[in-house]
Amino acid sequence: MTRVVITGAGCVTPIGQDLVSFAENLFAGHSGIREMTDRPPELHFSHTGSVKDFCPEEWLTASQRPIAERSSAFAIAAARQAVSQSGLVAAYSGDSIAVILGCSTGGRTTEEQEYRKLYTTGGRIHPLTVPRVMASAGTSLVSMEHGFTGPAFTITTACASGTHAIGLAFHLVRSGAARAALTGAHEAPLTYAFLKGWDSLHVVSPTACRPFAADRDGMTLAEGAAVLAIEPLDSAQARGAEIIGEIVGFGMSSDAHHITQPAPAGPAAAMLRAIEDAHATPDEVGYINAHGTGTDVNDRVEAEAIHRVFGGRARTLPISSTKGLHGHAIGASGAMELLATVLALRRNLLPANAGLGGTGVDPALGLGHVLLANEPASPGLALSSSFAFGGLNAVLALRRFEA
Amino acid sequence: MNPIAEECIALIAKQKSISPEQIRLDSTLDDLSLDSLDRVSIAFDLEEKYDIEIPEEKLGQIKTVNDMVTGIEEAVRQKSAKPSATA
Repeated sequence: MTRVVITGAGCVTPIGQDLVSFAENLFAGHSGIREMTDRPPELHFSHTGSVKDFCPEEWLTASQRPIAERSSAFAIAAARQAVSQSGLVAAYSGDSIAVILGCSTGGRTTEEQEYRKLYTTGGRIHPLTVPRVMASAGTSLVSMEHGFTGPAFTITTACASGTHAIGLAFHLVRSGAARAALTGAHEAPLTYAFLKGWDSLHVVSPTACRPFAADRDGMTLAEGAAVLAIEPLDSAQARGAEIIGEIVGFGMSSDAHHITQPAPAGPAAAMLRAIEDAHATPDEVGYINAHGTGTDVNDRVEAEAIHRVFGGRARTLPISSTKGLHGHAIGASGAMELLATVLALRRNLLPANAGLGGTGVDPALGLGHVLLANEPASPGLALSSSFAFGGLNAVLALRRFEA
Repeated sequence: MNPIAEECIALIAKQKSISPEQIRLDSTLDDLSLDSLDRVSIAFDLEEKYDIEIPEEKLGQIKTVNDMVTGIEEAVRQKSAKPSATA
């Protein structure tokens, strides 16, 4: 079977706008969750994970500038970094490269700005509103910039969008349907109406999220993008590309249960399918980068799912959610977490689960090894999990790359 | 050059990220590589700026920068000639 490796990675996140700074802040435990500078006073929460000082002008070409709004600009920036690191353009013909990105909310900045004008003053809608708002704009713009004319589409599965996108791209490359792919996710959801919508759901932490903590009180919304270049191992080696990591399995499932409440059977099935797809067994898993949003229900149900898959090992298996550092960037968070998992395997260092300094890990979860600090380890297999609203689950399995 | 012509040239220059000096009144929109999306975007900005409406059939007739300028001037004239509804 074709082995699929990662040869490029780029990102624009609350903890770094390239792979090097993302890694540095991830392992230094520097959080990108900050108090909002222009906080709408009526919100019950005050913190988000915004990408501070992102300059679209630095990234967008003259032709991209009128069309690409914040969400697409994140995609363009992260994709360009991944393409440049990987050297994909010189190595493959454009028609053999796929672009598969995840995005849940589309161009909300433009959507809200134009609709506000329309509803308040009856003004006109800018003619670029439709192309700026469509959730697939990021994929189109990335494909246009690099001349990648293979399969290209955007996946929208709420908070699992990025993980679904990377998983499907992995399967396309493994099967040979595409020779290589650019894959990841982008999201710019920190807009007034969207923040208000989340506020109404009463699932956002008033301060900053603390996944798996006894005193956890909700999630923290964030934004950004992460994009990978993936290709078959043999051609990556033949051209002497630097190999950053290896994707070995992907599993999906649906809870078929509730539009917001998760149920443990779905996440458990997705984890098992990812492990099976990797031709591995649960015993080989030595690290989980958890979905871990910091809401009471997610963390409880995710812990239950981990118990179902790993039995007694749930008490010793190293687990961390990195959302305490980069927040929950909706569709893009799975892609950021996959990067964190790749870096953990590459450095033999598992990143800490931020936010446990107060009351520590919730003992009711029965998870005995949520990482209080970075921990040196070389897991045989690592999982990166995303479990979306509406019960759509996606899990990727990775190995440290060994030739 | 009149202010409307200056505005049209500035908008085209911004849309295509070129210098205003490269744009002449007799330049055609094709010469300037303005595609249909560029044209509706510029028309929208001009409509917003001058609070006018450029009729659909007029848009298609604009071939040069000068056509654009005279089209706007005409729309502005019509607007000021029309008594306002509240007057």
